[in-house]
Amino acid sequence: MAKEKLFEVVDLRISAYDDEGVEVPIVRGVSFDIHKGEVVALIGESGSGKTTISLASLAYTKPGLHFTGGQAKLYGKDVLTMAPLEQREIRGGNVAYLAQSAAATFNPAITIGEQVTESAVLHGRLNQEEATKRALELYHALELPGADRIGLRYPHQVSGGQLQRLMAAMALCGKPDLMVLDEPTTALDVTTQIEVLKAFKKVIREENSAAIYVTHDLAVVAQIADHIVVLYRGEIMEQGSADQIINHPTHAYTKRLMEAVRPRPESGMGVDASGDHDRVIDNIEVRNMTAGYGGIVDGEPVIPILKDINVSVKNGHVVGVIGESGCGKSTLARVMAGMLQPARGDIILDGKTLEGALKNRNLDELQKVQFVFQMADTALNPKQLIGNIIGRPLEFYHGLTGREKHAKVAEILEMVELPAAFANRYPMELSGGQKQRINLARALAASPEVMLCDEVTSALDSIVGANVIKLLTSLRDKTGVSFVFISHDLSTVASFADEIVVLYAGRVVEQGPTDEVLEPPFHPYTRLLISSVPEMRIGWLEDTMKRREMAVGIARGVEITAKGCPFYNRCPLAIEGTCQTLIPPTLELENGHQIACHLTLEDLQQAEADAQRILLGYEKLGHDDPQIHVP
Amino acid sequence: MTQQVTSKKEEEVIAELDSFAELPDSPPKRKFRLTWVGYVSSAVVAFWLIICVIGPSIAPFHEMDMEGDDSFLPAYSGEYGSFYLGTDYLSRDTLSRILYGARNTIGISLAATLIAYLIGITLGILAAVKGGWIDMGISRVNDAILALPTIMLGLIVIAALGSSIPILIGTAAVIYATSVFRIARALGQDIMVQDFVEAAQTRGEGIWWIIRAEVLPNAAMPLATDFGLRLVFVVLFISSLSFLGLGVQPPASDWGSMVRGNLGGLTYGSYAAIWPALAIASFTIAVNLIVDDISAKSGGSLAKKMV
Amino acid sequence: MMTRMVMQRIGIGFATLWVVSVIIFVATSILPGDVAEIVLGQSATPETLAALRAELGLDQPWYVRYFSWLGDMAVGDLGISKAGGATISSLIGGRLGNTLMMAGWVSVISIPISIALGLWAAMHPGTWLDRIVTFGTLSLISVPEFFIATIAVLVLAVELHWLPSTAYMTGEESFWELMKALAMPLITLVIVVSAQMIRMTRAGILNVMSSPYIEMAILKGVPRGRIIMRHAFYNAIGPIINVIALNLAYLVSGVVIVETIFAYPGLAKLMIDGVQTRDLPLVQACAMIFCGTYVVLILLADIGSILSNPRLRNPK
Repeated sequence: MAKEKLFEVVDLRISAYDDEGVEVPIVRGVSFDIHKGEVVALIGESGSGKTTISLASLAYTKPGLHFTGGQAKLYGKDVLTMAPLEQREIRGGNVAYLAQSAAATFNPAITIGEQVTESAVLHGRLNQEEATKRALELYHALELPGADRIGLRYPHQVSGGQLQRLMAAMALCGKPDLMVLDEPTTALDVTTQIEVLKAFKKVIREENSAAIYVTHDLAVVAQIADHIVVLYRGEIMEQGSADQIINHPTHAYTKRLMEAVRPRPESGMGVDASGDHDRVIDNIEVRNMTAGYGGIVDGEPVIPILKDINVSVKNGHVVGVIGESGCGKSTLARVMAGMLQPARGDIILDGKTLEGALKNRNLDELQKVQFVFQMADTALNPKQLIGNIIGRPLEFYHGLTGREKHAKVAEILEMVELPAAFANRYPMELSGGQKQRINLARALAASPEVMLCDEVTSALDSIVGANVIKLLTSLRDKTGVSFVFISHDLSTVASFADEIVVLYAGRVVEQGPTDEVLEPPFHPYTRLLISSVPEMRIGWLEDTMKRREMAVGIARGVEITAKGCPFYNRCPLAIEGTCQTLIPPTLELENGHQIACHLTLEDLQQAEADAQRILLGYEKLGHDDPQIHVP
Repeated sequence: MTQQVTSKKEEEVIAELDSFAELPDSPPKRKFRLTWVGYVSSAVVAFWLIICVIGPSIAPFHEMDMEGDDSFLPAYSGEYGSFYLGTDYLSRDTLSRILYGARNTIGISLAATLIAYLIGITLGILAAVKGGWIDMGISRVNDAILALPTIMLGLIVIAALGSSIPILIGTAAVIYATSVFRIARALGQDIMVQDFVEAAQTRGEGIWWIIRAEVLPNAAMPLATDFGLRLVFVVLFISSLSFLGLGVQPPASDWGSMVRGNLGGLTYGSYAAIWPALAIASFTIAVNLIVDDISAKSGGSLAKKMV
Repeated sequence: MMTRMVMQRIGIGFATLWVVSVIIFVATSILPGDVAEIVLGQSATPETLAALRAELGLDQPWYVRYFSWLGDMAVGDLGISKAGGATISSLIGGRLGNTLMMAGWVSVISIPISIALGLWAAMHPGTWLDRIVTFGTLSLISVPEFFIATIAVLVLAVELHWLPSTAYMTGEESFWELMKALAMPLITLVIVVSAQMIRMTRAGILNVMSSPYIEMAILKGVPRGRIIMRHAFYNAIGPIINVIALNLAYLVSGVVIVETIFAYPGLAKLMIDGVQTRDLPLVQACAMIFCGTYVVLILLADIGSILSNPRLRNPK
C-alpha cells in the first residue's frame, strides 16, 4: 500500500518560559507521519501537548510558546523554517484548522458565508462564486436547517451545534490537503458528533486529503482514526495503527487509558450495595414534586423544569440520575439540597418532611444532606487553605476546634486518599482530580447521610475520573452514605449506581434497579440512550448508523409539555393521537422497575425484537450509508 | 509495527499517575513582583509619604514666613538664609511651602480616599450580598451622582457650603465613594454567584461569615489595585479645586494653590509655579505607574503573530 | 429589541437629568442663609430682607420654588444674576458660544489624531514606539490639567514667545488673531483629551485583538491588514464610539480649568466667578448646562455602542 507521504513531524520540540525565564519543555521530541487519505489521532489527557503539536502543522504556536527544535514537513518542506509569507499561504490554504469552541471562533461582526469562504478565496483555491457554491453544498450535506440562507446570517443568529457544523464547512470549503481537528465534536451530543465525524471521514477518503484528529475520547478515536499516537506530557508513549492500539495496546499507559473507558452499560453491572444499611424508612424521598424558576403562578412555576417527580433513595444506596443537558437532573439535586424551593410536593428525610427553603431547615437537617458541585475549580474558595475548607463543616456542624479539628481534617484527607500535608495548600496548587477529592472531602466532613453529586467526574480526564469513581465506591462501602449520582454519561452511572432514574424533559420516564433498567423492556428513550453510547470498537459507528434509533429525532428539540408524553416527537413507537395528549401511565414491573409509557409491556418487548431483527437485516445488506453526502 | 519513542520508562509513567505528582491545573500564581519602573515609582511614593509626616520639621522656614524682601526670587543664599527653590509671589520660601504642602495635598486626598473606600465598600458589598430593593435603591442614587462630572459636583457643593478642609475631605469622599461602590458591588456580585458561596449558603452559613470569609478575601486584591487609581483621581480633584481658589485656603500651603498663586511669575522667568506642579506630577505619575506595573498586562501577544 | 433598548436609554437619560436638577437645586439650597441675605449683605434689615424674599419668591416652600425654577429653566428663563441684576440668559449667551467653539475645535483636532495613534499603537504592541505612547499618555492622564497648561505657558509663551499666555478676546479679531488667542487653551485641551482617548482606543483594539476569532483569522492565513480592518476594527467600532463620546464629556471638566488659567471668556469661567461670589442662580444655570451636556454625551456613548453591536443590529 504505497500511500503518498503528506506530512511528517520529526523530533518536534516546543517550550514555554516560566516566570523566572526558565525554559519549560512542553513537547519533547515527537515524530510521526501522515499519509494521504489517512486520519492520525493524537490522544492524551490535559497537559499531554496534543493541541500544541497539531498546531505545528500550521507553523503556529500559542502565545508564550515557541519552537525549539525539530521539523514539521509538508510535502517534504519544513513549514517551521519557511518565510512568514509562505507560512501564511499554508495557513488556511494547504492546512485548515478546526477549533474546539465554534461559538468563540466565529467573528460576531461578519456574516457566516463570508467567514466560511474567506480562506478559500484569499488563498486563490476558489473564486468567490465557486466558494459560495461549495459552501452551499456543504451546508446541505451537513444537514444545516435553512441551508440556503444560513450564509447570510450572523453567528449569534444560529445555535452552538449549528456553528460547530459550520466550522466544519469552513475547514472543508477550500479543499485543504490537511485538516487539523482539535476536539471538534466535544461540545456536541453523541448523535451529532457521529454525524459530523462521518462527514469528515467521507471527505478525507473521497478527496484523498488527510487529518490530524486531536482528542481525549478513545471511543470516538476508534471510529475515525487510521493511526493513533498516544501522548503523555509531551512525549509519545506508543503509536501504531488503530487496530493495534485499540485491540492490542502494549504500553502500560495506553492500557491505563483503556481501563478508564467505562464498559458499555449492560445488565449485570449493577451492584446491590444495600447490605447492612437497610432500614424500614427511606433515607431521602421526593414525592409528587414540581419545580422550576421564575416564580410561582397558580401553583405552577413560570419556567417549569421538573414535573411530578417521585424518587426515593434507600439507605446506603446509590441512585444514578441520567438524562440529556436541560432535562432537570441538576435541578432535582438542588431541590433536595434546599437550594431551590419546589412549587409543589414534599421532600422527606428519614420519614420527616423537610422545609422547601434552605433558611427554614435546621442545622441537623442541613448537615445530613450535602451537595457536591460539578466544578471543583469554582466550588472551592481560592483564598482558603484546604485545611480551612474541610475544617469549616467540622466546626460548623460538630463544633470541633483546635487540635481535634486538625486531626479530623487529616483523617478525612486520608479517606479521599490525599496526604495530610495538603491541609496547608491552596486549591490552586492542586490538580483537577485532587481538587475534586477536596470537594468530596468537604461534603464528607459534615458526616452526611446523603451526598448529592452533580456531574462530579464530567470535567475530569478519563483516568482521573475513573479514580474518583473508584474512590466513591470505596466511600460508599466504608461509610454507608447514600448517594444521588447525577451524570449525562450512562456508562459512568451504570458502573456505580445500583438504581437508575432516567429523566427526560423534566419527567421520570423510567426508573428501577440498574440491572432491570439496562435490560429489555426499555422505555424508547432509554433505548436511544443506550444505543448512542459509543463503543470502543472499530466499525461500531458503521454498524450503529444502520440502526433506526440513530435516525430518530437527532435535530429535534426537547419540549417540556404540560400534557402528553414529552418524548412524543422523537419516539419511533409513538401512538398517534394518544401520546401527544395523554400523560403516559406507569407500567409497574418487577423489583420496583417502572416505565412511563402508553405502550403495553408486550408492545415494548415486540419493538425490541424488531430492532434486533432490523439490525441483523442491515448487516446483511452491506455497508451503505444513506446519511450524509459530501460534495 | 508498534514503536515506542520515549525517554521515560513505562513504570515511571505509571508511578507518576498513581502518585500525587499530578500537575497542578494552573501554575502557582505569579509572585507579587515589580519591574524597575515599579521600584523607582514606589521609592517616589514612599518619599512623599515620609515628607507628609516629617516635612514641616525639616523645612528651613515656616510655610507662612515672608523672609525675603522681594517676590519671585530665583534660588539664592542671602542674609535671610538659603532659598534652594527661590521665593514665591509673597517672598516665601518655595521649598518650605512644598514640604508643608505635601501634608495638605496628599493628606487630604488620602483621608478622602480612605473614607470613600469605607463608604463605597460597605454599601457596595451590602448591595451585592443583599440584592433586592436595598441594591436597587442604593444603585439608583449612585448612578445619578455618577452621571455628573466630578468637578461640577465639587463646584456646586463648595458654592453652597464654602471651602474648608473637612468640607473638602467630605465632598471628595462622597463623590469618589460612588465609583468605589460601583466596583465593590460588581466584584461582590461576581463573587456571590460563585459555587463556593453557594456551597457556604447550602451549609447554612450566615451573611456575615459569607462576607468575611468568602467575599472579602477574593475582593481584596482588585480593590487594593483600584485604590491607587482612585487616590490619583482624588489628588487631581483636590488640587484642581485648590488651583481654582476653591480648595485649601491661603495662607495654608497646598500644591494646587501654589501653582495658581505663582502663575503670574512665569512671565518673569520664575519657576515658583513649576516646582509644586512637578511635585503633584511626580506623585500621581508614580502611583499610576505602580498600579500599571502590578496589573498583569495581557493582550497584544496575538497581534505579534499576524503576518 | 434594539429600538427598545435605545428608547430605554433615552428614558434613563431624562430620568438622570431630572435627578441632576434635584441634586443641583438641593445642593444650592442647603446653604445657610439665602440669596436675599447675600444680596443685601450688611445693609440687611428684617423688613428689606422680607421684601426681597417675597420679590424673589423665597418665602414660598422649597417644592414650590423647585418647580417654578424647573419650569422657568425649561422655557429658557434662567433667572436673574444677583450681581448686577442682569438676566442670566444674557450673561450666558456669548460665553456659551465661546465654550462650544473651543470644544468643537478640540474634537476636530483630537479625534482623528487619537484614533490613528491608538490604532497604530495597538497594531505594534511591545515596540519601543508603543512603549513611548503608553508611558507618555499614562503620564499625561496622571497630571492635572493645570500642570499641562503651566508647562505650555512656560515653553510656548515665556521661553519661545510664540503665543500669548492668555486668551483674551474682544470679539473683533481677524481669524488669524482669533486662532492665536485660542491656541494655548486648544493645545492644552487637545493634549489632555487625546492622551485619554489614545489609551482607551488602544485598549479597546487590543481587547478585540485577543479574541479567539482573531487567532482563527491568523490560522486561516488572513493578511495583517485585513485582520485589522475587517476582523478587528468592525468589532472595535462600538468601544471607540464610546471612547469618543466619553472624552467629549470629559471636556466639561477640562474647560473649567483651562478657561480659568487662560482667562478665556467661556461658560466655565463665568461659573467659577459665580462660585467665588456665591451667585447661586448663575451657578445653578451653568451647572445645569454642563451637567445636561455631560448626560447627553454619555447617553450618546451608550446609544453608539448599542448601534454598533452586531448582535443587536442583526437580531435573531
